[in-house]
Amino acid sequence: MKVYVAVELTVDEAGVMHPQRILWEDGRKFEITSISDVRRAASLKAGGSGIRYTCRVGKKDAYLYYEDPKWFVDP
Amino acid sequence: MGRRILHADFNSFYASVACFLDPALRPHPVAVAGNPEARHGIILAKNELAKKFGVKTGEAIWEAKQKCPLLVTVKPDFESYQKFSALGRAVYSEYSDRVEAFGLDENWIDVTASTSDMADAHRLAQVIRNRIHEELGITVSIGVADNKVFAKLGSDIKKPDAVTLVSPDNYQSVAWPLPARELLYVGRATEAKLMKYGIVTIGDLANTPEAFLRAQFGKCGTMLSAFANGLDASPVQHTVDQIPVKSVGNGLTTPRDLVNDEDVYLTISMLAESVAMRLREHGVRAKTAHLSVRDSGLFSFIRQTKLDHPTNITIEISRACMQLFRANYTWQAPIRSLTVSCSDLIGVDNPMQLSLFDDEAPRRKAEAAEVAVDDIRRRFGYRAIGRALFLKDREIGLMAPKVDHTVHPVGYLQNATMDSVVGRR
Repeated sequence: MKVYVAVELTVDEAGVMHPQRILWEDGRKFEITSISDVRRAASLKAGGSGIRYTCRVGKKDAYLYYEDPKWFVDP
Repeated sequence: MGRRILHADFNSFYASVACFLDPALRPHPVAVAGNPEARHGIILAKNELAKKFGVKTGEAIWEAKQKCPLLVTVKPDFESYQKFSALGRAVYSEYSDRVEAFGLDENWIDVTASTSDMADAHRLAQVIRNRIHEELGITVSIGVADNKVFAKLGSDIKKPDAVTLVSPDNYQSVAWPLPARELLYVGRATEAKLMKYGIVTIGDLANTPEAFLRAQFGKCGTMLSAFANGLDASPVQHTVDQIPVKSVGNGLTTPRDLVNDEDVYLTISMLAESVAMRLREHGVRAKTAHLSVRDSGLFSFIRQTKLDHPTNITIEISRACMQLFRANYTWQAPIRSLTVSCSDLIGVDNPMQLSLFDDEAPRRKAEAAEVAVDDIRRRFGYRAIGRALFLKDREIGLMAPKVDHTVHPVGYLQNATMDSVVGRR
């Protein structure tokens, strides 16, 4: 099942959201260094769909989904 | 003149949505079904695995479990179905403004203006099929043709997740061998009647002289002849032209049989409240009320009455229906289900004939009170406020038809004339 997460993000004057950090349930914060892709997509693994942000976290890419009004990641 | 029309049909819609949202369900045979405790226990949709066991839509849960003991049943989730349905239409709307919904899971898309030829339309259908899978997570079957009827036939041919072309060049080899029953508007009764004349396939139907079909089936015969020959000329409606509501109704099979007038009044009031809310939502008042009654022996009848004033107030509708009930039912058996509906609708802005004798003020106050309740419900949820009457019987009173109600597909011929339906090749 989907794991909903807390996300720190900034919103620019055009209303575009820029996720900055993913806050994990154990308190860890994962810094998003860059976003390479934003598109509507479904996650079969998580069982949900929304706007999928491909985020660079550390050395790997992770999928972060915005499912208005919440955010989730692939498990 | 040649049109290019797609018919997109979500595969096993309710079941696919359920399995997508809950990955744990996927390895199991799954069916979406109503609540057997409330006596709505029939199969609404099944996934591929359940289909293999022979589980059929419309049969009772117990019947399905006989064929498939390991069947997992889940409750329907109409909010999600509406969400996915809207997401699908959002994708289709990127390619055309002529997207016509046929129920929650089916849509016709007229792509004549956005494609150059049939091959191009076929390619577009593949693009759409892929996007739906990528963006929504469930699959769709698409039929490509030059008319709505063949497009719909096409989407039924290969399932799941496929595109089928039924073009002017191949329809005789693809569509004609199929049983006549597959054609839109051929149901059980028509199929049986056609069988008597040796008409088994769509091809048989197409090759039967139109005069003969007209003699046997009247105007429908002409329509069937046209459909079988791929001559359906009905347009895919513009999204904004969708048909105005002609009647609003709500029906309910109660969790336990109703045995006295009080039970019936409670149920009628609940249904009337839902109907009244929806009438107000559509900005209309009704002039006629109908009551449909089915008893425990499954015998049913419908009666109607003209309302004293055009209305969308709950109590005026419930009183009229209760009167119909008292006048027409002699309690030969307990009641199993009731339906309240209203028709002859006129807009709330239409001037109303005021009566010389009645004081309009109480009626206006009653309507205003109901509008206020609508607003409270919109802000705080349906169950934030309720009629005291419903506290009398927890089981029946706590259902909320407007929130939980089932959506039924609209008719194909709503706005049609013979000319709009029968074309020439």
